[in-house]
Amino acid sequence: MKTNLLPEFLVERDERRCIRCKVCVNQCTYETHSYDEEDDVICSKDENCVNCQRCVTFCPTHAITIRKNPNVNTENANWTVAAIRDLKKQAETGGVLLTGMGCDKPNLTYWDRLLLNASQVTNPSIDPLREPMEIRTYLGAKPDELEMEMENGSILLKTKLAPQLRLNTPILFSAMSYGAISLNVHEALARAATKCGTYFNTGEGGLDKRLYKYGDHAIVQVASGRFGVHPDYLNAGAAVEIKIGQGAKPGIGGHLPGEKVTPDVARTRMIPTGTDALSPAPQHDIYSIEDLRQLIYALKEATNYTKSISVKIAAVHNSAAIASGMVRAGADIIALDGVRGSTGAAPKIIRDNVGIPIELVIAQVDQRLRAEGIRNKASIIAAGGIRSSGDVIKAIALGADAVYIGTAALVAVGCTVCQRCYTGKCPWGIATNDPWIAKRVNSDIATERLVNLLRGWSLEIKDMMGGMGINAIESLRGNRLALRGVGLTDTELKILGVKMAGA
Amino acid sequence: MRNLSMLTNPYNDDKDFDGCSIFGMMNVEGKRFSSRDPIKAIANMHERGNGLGGGIAVYGIYPQFENYYAFHIMYLSRDAKEKTDRTLATSFNIIYDEEMQTRPAKVIDPPMVWRYFVQPRKRRLGKMTADDYVTEKVMQINTETGKAFVFSSGKNMGVFKGVGYPEDVADFFCLEDYWGYLWTVHGRFPTNTPGWWGGAHPFNILDWTVVHNGELSSYGINRRFLEMHGYKCTMQTDTEVLAYAVDLLMRRQKLPIEIVTKVLAAPLWSEIDNMEPKQQQAYRAIRQTYGSLLMNGPFSIIVAHHGEMIGLTDRIKLRPLVAGTKGDFLYMSSEESAIRLVSPTLDKFWALRGGEPVVGKLRNPHKTTSLEEN
Repeated sequence: MKTNLLPEFLVERDERRCIRCKVCVNQCTYETHSYDEEDDVICSKDENCVNCQRCVTFCPTHAITIRKNPNVNTENANWTVAAIRDLKKQAETGGVLLTGMGCDKPNLTYWDRLLLNASQVTNPSIDPLREPMEIRTYLGAKPDELEMEMENGSILLKTKLAPQLRLNTPILFSAMSYGAISLNVHEALARAATKCGTYFNTGEGGLDKRLYKYGDHAIVQVASGRFGVHPDYLNAGAAVEIKIGQGAKPGIGGHLPGEKVTPDVARTRMIPTGTDALSPAPQHDIYSIEDLRQLIYALKEATNYTKSISVKIAAVHNSAAIASGMVRAGADIIALDGVRGSTGAAPKIIRDNVGIPIELVIAQVDQRLRAEGIRNKASIIAAGGIRSSGDVIKAIALGADAVYIGTAALVAVGCTVCQRCYTGKCPWGIATNDPWIAKRVNSDIATERLVNLLRGWSLEIKDMMGGMGINAIESLRGNRLALRGVGLTDTELKILGVKMAGA
Repeated sequence: MRNLSMLTNPYNDDKDFDGCSIFGMMNVEGKRFSSRDPIKAIANMHERGNGLGGGIAVYGIYPQFENYYAFHIMYLSRDAKEKTDRTLATSFNIIYDEEMQTRPAKVIDPPMVWRYFVQPRKRRLGKMTADDYVTEKVMQINTETGKAFVFSSGKNMGVFKGVGYPEDVADFFCLEDYWGYLWTVHGRFPTNTPGWWGGAHPFNILDWTVVHNGELSSYGINRRFLEMHGYKCTMQTDTEVLAYAVDLLMRRQKLPIEIVTKVLAAPLWSEIDNMEPKQQQAYRAIRQTYGSLLMNGPFSIIVAHHGEMIGLTDRIKLRPLVAGTKGDFLYMSSEESAIRLVSPTLDKFWALRGGEPVVGKLRNPHKTTSLEEN
């Protein structure tokens, strides 16, 4: 069948600049570029290009420009270029259209319609360069009250607290499984989390034995496929997370194609090499909230009550009620993943249409848990499209204790959000397990980039807090008076629990 | 009673924003003294207020009614009083009630002020403690009509407050007739509250009072945390949350004041990390559990209840507070000059360190007498 699809991007090469070094030829994993020895010229197959910017970044003479193909259908607000492209693709393949990364549709971001406060006159702003500014955060269940006594000027604590995760900055690396991403990236996340005093999440693919030394800074995930779950794994981490859902694909399972299941991945996941790793849509031992309680306590038993148990759900319509049930079922941490959350592979139709924005869910869950008097029983981690320290601080002011970042961390390593993770050919060496491509990520350099990112964000968070006259992050957490909305309806403001700017 | 809004901040700002003068004076032997010195001291800090709020809390003023809750209620309408009287009559045995003694003074739009001595009805009390019952009823009255407001609800103590300079408010309430062993006084400089009597300090619940100079940047979360524990923050002011926080921690959760001050003005993590392991654990638990009650932003406060007067500033000390002692007297003040005016020589004088409390306690909490009688 002749394809009706035109190339999405055009590769333009400035012949005056090109020195025929063939970097582009070697770097492109989609075989876009080729060198013609006879004519001493480099040619490009536009239809292969995914606009990952790898060749553009590595071309020593900046000879390459990738352009959006201007040959598109007549402008139409309903039948957009993307819609027509998808239709044609589907007509030619008859399958479910796959994609990677988070939902790319506009108008789902509330962060940009929330603005922060600052001190003027009636209270002083605090200079974070000269005064202490505390962003340390502890995740885990907190008691309703403490029993304490004074004894010769020192405090005698009688209450025993549940296990707590100490975060030096309220940012964790989101669940990204070994298999979906390469070992080098997994290692970089682990090392950066260790260096920065925070945590990385193993994702559902287990933890390679070589990374167990970073276990103190790992949240080990238990998902529906139970890949790589065994007692050593559970006890290697600082906390255990039960994955119920993911913001990019609420309600469905996962699929790691057999090509990505290399011998190392297979060993870690405890499955045969080269077989597809399929995570079922539900956890087949959790068909109800009481089943969740059983799994939570099974994991608490398995770890001798020394680890916090987190439960991660996708942000959906009844998240507030579900979250309340999760807390009552014994979850110490609840992780909420919004509609803009990313994935290594998901059906495009689900990624773009299922789930709701994280901002609304943070606000609703925090409020519901407070109304029921159980907000202290669990910490909230928000995830799904956190792009900057501004988003982090807004999430915390809405009511989150901390945030997970996935895409932002991968971008720090090199990702350009081209949305082709599902191909397994990530030219940046991130979402791939092809050893030839995966070695493009140097774990030392990736670690440094991730550490820099967390450091920069932490400094920015302190700057914004100081401006508000707040020197401890707990005074900002759930403090919605620090926020005002613009361009929001009354209903949206009410759900967010935020006043209109100017009011 | 024209132009009298029931709101602390009629413009519906997040909270009220004000600067202030605060002064506290206590006789640790429990000897009662007159309003002369406290009022003279606060009047000396006239420039720190703007005449839009002043108030006084006094302990030990109703010895003849010391077993009954003394309610001071302001009414903005006759209807509100009728309705509130019915609520009071069904919930309490009213031992005695009267219109409070006042005189014309330089205060703005005074409401009707009434005093009741009450006792919870046993049958209604059920399993609740009397204090919890009274707290609930105070919250009920304050929200029920929108025009009745209980501004004092403790035993053998009273709050007197209104819109005017504190010395004028004292004049209005004829405070020269009252004798107490502990006085706290407040002069106010609000920026967004033109004239609501209930918005003046001290804030009170049961026998707890708070006078506060400052602005709580953490108000939004302090309030939401307290709401989770059943407190209704009706006054849109940050001082209110201080009073409820102290009530929650000290009365309901029975934490000693030394620990409560570590909740309100927690030590920095860098300080905690240098403590010995057991103390680290205890202080960490305080910040983990009560982080939402950390009072962040500039403040100095004097908190009082029967037998105790506590001075505290925020942990990086963004507002002033000094203290001094002379004989059996403990003084706390925004400015040294106010203390020196009433007691030119002092045995001890010091400026409080950020987050470090000063706690004045009665030597014998069960014995209070009048200086006059000696």
